[in-house]
Amino acid sequence: MLKALVIDPGKCTGCKQCELACSYVKEGEFNPAKSRIRVFDFHQDARFVPYTCTQCAEAWCQQACPVNAITTNEWGVKEVHDSLCVGCKVCTIACPFGTVNYNASTGKVIKCDECGGDPACAKACPTDAITYTDIEQAGFDKMRHWAAQTDAGSRAGH
Amino acid sequence: MGWTGKVLRVDLTKGKCASEDLNKEWADQYMGQRGLASKYLSEEMDPKADPLSPDNKMIFATGPLTGTCASTGGRYSVITKGPLTGAIACSNSGGYWGAELKFAGWDMIILEGKSKKPVYLCITDDKAELLDASEIWGKSVWDTDAWIKTRHQDPQMHVSGIGIAGENGVLFSCIINDLHRAAGRSGVGAVMGSKNLKAIAVRGTGGVKVDDFPAFLAATSAAKEVLAENAVTGEGLPTFGTQVLMNVINEAGALPTRNTRDVQFDGAHDISAEAMAEPSGKNGKPNLLANQACFGCTIACGRISKVNEEHYTVQNKPEYWHASGGLEYEAAWALGAATGVNDLDALTYANFICNEQGIDPISFGATVGAAMEMYEDGTLTDKDTGGLKLKFGSAEALTTAVELTGKAEGFGAELGLGSKRLCDKYGKPELSMTVKGQEFPAYDPRGIQGMGLTYATSNRGACHLRSYTVSSEILGIPEKTDPLVTDGKADLVKAFQDATAAVDSSGLCVFTTFAWTLEDIAPQIDGALPGEWSVDKLLEVGERVWNLERQFNLQAGFTAKDDNLPKRLLKDAAKTGPAKGLVSGLKKMLPEYYAARGWTKEGVPTNETLNRLAL
Amino acid sequence: MHHVILGTGPAGVIAADTLRKQDANAKITLIGGEEEPPYSRMAIPYLLSGQIDEEGTYLRQDKGHYETHDIDVMHARADGVDSKNKTLVLEDGKEISYDRLLIATGASPIRPPVEGLDLPGVHTCWTLADAREILDRALKGDDVVLMGAGFIGSIILEALVSRGVKLTVVEMGDRMVPRMMDETAGAMLQRWCEHKGVNVLTGTQIREINRGKNRLDVELSTGKSIPAKLVVVAAGVAPNIGFLEGSGIKTGQGVTVNGFLSTSATDVYAAGDVAQGKDISTGEFSVLAIQPVAADHGRIAALNMAGHETPHEGSLNMNVLDTIGLVSSSFGAWEGVKGGDNTRMCDEDGYRYLRLEFDGDRLAGAQAVGLTDHIGIARGLIQTGLKLGRWKDILMKSPERLAEAYVATAQGISTV
Repeated sequence: MLKALVIDPGKCTGCKQCELACSYVKEGEFNPAKSRIRVFDFHQDARFVPYTCTQCAEAWCQQACPVNAITTNEWGVKEVHDSLCVGCKVCTIACPFGTVNYNASTGKVIKCDECGGDPACAKACPTDAITYTDIEQAGFDKMRHWAAQTDAGSRAGH
Repeated sequence: MGWTGKVLRVDLTKGKCASEDLNKEWADQYMGQRGLASKYLSEEMDPKADPLSPDNKMIFATGPLTGTCASTGGRYSVITKGPLTGAIACSNSGGYWGAELKFAGWDMIILEGKSKKPVYLCITDDKAELLDASEIWGKSVWDTDAWIKTRHQDPQMHVSGIGIAGENGVLFSCIINDLHRAAGRSGVGAVMGSKNLKAIAVRGTGGVKVDDFPAFLAATSAAKEVLAENAVTGEGLPTFGTQVLMNVINEAGALPTRNTRDVQFDGAHDISAEAMAEPSGKNGKPNLLANQACFGCTIACGRISKVNEEHYTVQNKPEYWHASGGLEYEAAWALGAATGVNDLDALTYANFICNEQGIDPISFGATVGAAMEMYEDGTLTDKDTGGLKLKFGSAEALTTAVELTGKAEGFGAELGLGSKRLCDKYGKPELSMTVKGQEFPAYDPRGIQGMGLTYATSNRGACHLRSYTVSSEILGIPEKTDPLVTDGKADLVKAFQDATAAVDSSGLCVFTTFAWTLEDIAPQIDGALPGEWSVDKLLEVGERVWNLERQFNLQAGFTAKDDNLPKRLLKDAAKTGPAKGLVSGLKKMLPEYYAARGWTKEGVPTNETLNRLAL
Repeated sequence: MHHVILGTGPAGVIAADTLRKQDANAKITLIGGEEEPPYSRMAIPYLLSGQIDEEGTYLRQDKGHYETHDIDVMHARADGVDSKNKTLVLEDGKEISYDRLLIATGASPIRPPVEGLDLPGVHTCWTLADAREILDRALKGDDVVLMGAGFIGSIILEALVSRGVKLTVVEMGDRMVPRMMDETAGAMLQRWCEHKGVNVLTGTQIREINRGKNRLDVELSTGKSIPAKLVVVAAGVAPNIGFLEGSGIKTGQGVTVNGFLSTSATDVYAAGDVAQGKDISTGEFSVLAIQPVAADHGRIAALNMAGHETPHEGSLNMNVLDTIGLVSSSFGAWEGVKGGDNTRMCDEDGYRYLRLEFDGDRLAGAQAVGLTDHIGIARGLIQTGLKLGRWKDILMKSPERLAEAYVATAQGISTV
């Protein structure tokens, strides 16, 4: 069964445990600046929005990569292979969601890979604002719909 | 490992920033934040120094768990000599600023001297510089926050600073970070203002490491479970915030009302958590819009509120129509019960202004309460107040007063002196509900006896956060004691004081202790730091910190006479509620407390005690 | 069904892969002009800086990719197309018949009319063969002159600096990357490069290159002469359309295509640097010689070739550049649109710059220096034409809040 990260901003309190969990798993330290998920704080609107890659079906980042360093794994997740990434950053401008970021300290790009099927952010979220759920659920359809709005190039035929 | 090992020393007089190594020996004895910074302060400055002179130092300090995934691990404290009290001040704040400082690579910032002109300190990772603040001097905390983020083109910067109140030396001005999180008490904002330091902006992109990651993750995960399953931290605080207490304390007959003339407030429900959740205004939205967590906090007690757009305070001010930090219990009490005002929107607005201009709402509300009593008994006239009709229950008086105090204009400048100096000035010192010059908060010592001893012996002047015996006496945590008796309270207060001093030195929030005991906390600190950090060691650190602070105050000139309460609490019995007929039993508790502490009858730590604590 | 793809750059390879996904049985022939496995020119700078070896430049990293997917890869150069008889003519005279043809022949470097460009020691930096020459010649401490500080020149610049050469860059325009960024950004990049020890001469031309003793003498329009062991020419590129002369396939700046990437000839398509596709910012058809456009073109052209009618809505011009650690990017109408507003934030000391161009309350273009987090959002906003509403006013004052503006607008977060 395909699963996906489903985000419900209405439940987010802005604690950033997701950023801490992500950066620990990926970088071996607590470092929100290198987290693959980021919580946006809309203070005046009383909203917090966790934000990360939606793993789009025909991923812009993947197609833009000149050296095939981004591949799709069996769960549909787009993974960056550090051994192949040359750090050209084309994927960072190609991703219309801005969820592929350049990590200057390694010279490679970083993005969410759902921790190989066991995402640390979802486990760390104390309010279920981030869950790892069966993709048939409505929340994910909404995210995909949102993703589709950005789809100005054509995706017909898929 | 837990600590970054780096201290930023800023000489404001010379305009220089320098990095130095953290004193590891002290760190092992005092852990961090409150304890470690108090040690630095004690070693580096004369406790007799004028708090608003360049001789006072000011330390912004994080704890070893700040910036880690430990729940609530985002705290920092401001340690300095407080101008409201003349005692050592330690004001603790949440939000995101403390963690950001850690990510920038610093355990603490020591500020010394005084800048010739207004400056702000800008820290981006290991780069720190003092920059011209002439364009933001005179601006509010909120405008300063926006200006700095725009100036540095970085919305992810976190700013801690003062509003107009701190610039103008309002003696209960505070330091606000992340728009509405406050290092609130003892006038730390005025110290910052006296140094011509407007703000400290931080952006950190580095990481925080702990000594033993697997052990740390296991301990913090287990501790988070405890918070989630506890009724107070897992349900009460996220749903109602600290405001869950309003009706509870009122029913306990311990809600100081109208300058503590009464112990119950007939308007308590109107300003309670329950009222905040009720639909109000044209669009039917409640006052409370959301709860917010500070960095790393899995409790999320913070309130995000808005003022009803039709309310008189904001109907012509759309700039206040957005959401911002809402009422916490202490603020709701001070702005409401202490002044007899039951208008929730007026309180929320006053709270906004306190945040915007950097005012401690506890001291402000309590001072207004004292002024109202003096106005009603004729001590203060319209001539004195500039026409401000300071009647108990007047929302207009409250909201006008907060605007004036924020800007230190008119009678606001007098209110800015705090209750003690104001009452002294008008010849009514007995009407000031203060200890060591600091207004006490939202618990009446006649109805919760332990809090009388707590206020009287607090090292930073009257304060609930030095030993929150309410937890035991009202909520039954960790075990229930009778709030109306004095027996056993000396030991209870000492135990709470020592444990709290340890928590305040760790980077964690004291609210965790509704659910956590030191048995839950010790393994987290032990995982983060090298060496062994047992419960016993934490208690020893806590007791050491407490005695160090006491020593500072004794050297500053305080004596046992200052471990006292206003006469009203000692002579005038509570008129209603469960505590009806009772006064505070401080006289009985204090000698017991000194003995429990290993202090002389004069309240001075014996040599034996000092030696035992390696002081 | 026989699909013939001319060109083994990203457009060609993505087209081949897409065709295979669409049709398991079709015959697919992929023809490359260089005697190399399909590789990425974009990766050459990283080969020069030693981050990767030649294999690291290959477009497909899985072993036996083309065999596995039954894609015939051959090396040959095209000489012409007989679109009536659906036949491709190769330079060696061989003919290949096709059912559908994709022209993805890319571009070649322009060699400006400067005396001495044919001397040994003067190279373009375009192919793997060029890279091998440069690897041999540009060694630590060597004097190297780079002709051109446009986008490609600036990417090569970084690679050369990483090899430790003493570098002088000569750009005839008034600034670096004049077709990617404005004066402020160009000047910032120049200041950064100079700070990093690169000699940058803007507003300067190379008049001629002469053979000196064990070196080349590069004569400048300023009258100065500078020595060089190696001169690298990066003076722009032009689409490879020469072989189409007389084929009847319409060309302009590149190969003319319609909204389905189909050329004027039946069953002939074009994609990538050679194709004059639709530019979403201008609505006009022009060559956008960048990797993401090649990828889009390749995929969409292939879908049409496979019989799935798929419109190409247009591409967005965008570039990202790392100049010795200073990352810059530009998107869409970065110079602005008629009647639109713009806002700029400039931090000269911190080497950070952001300029946003609006069309009404929609983002039309952007450029950024020293800002990389979530930068793709600029593309998202421009391409979707998301109406920013109140966030436009916020951005006019604080352009650095772009990511917040996108997340808030896309998620419909409104004031309480």
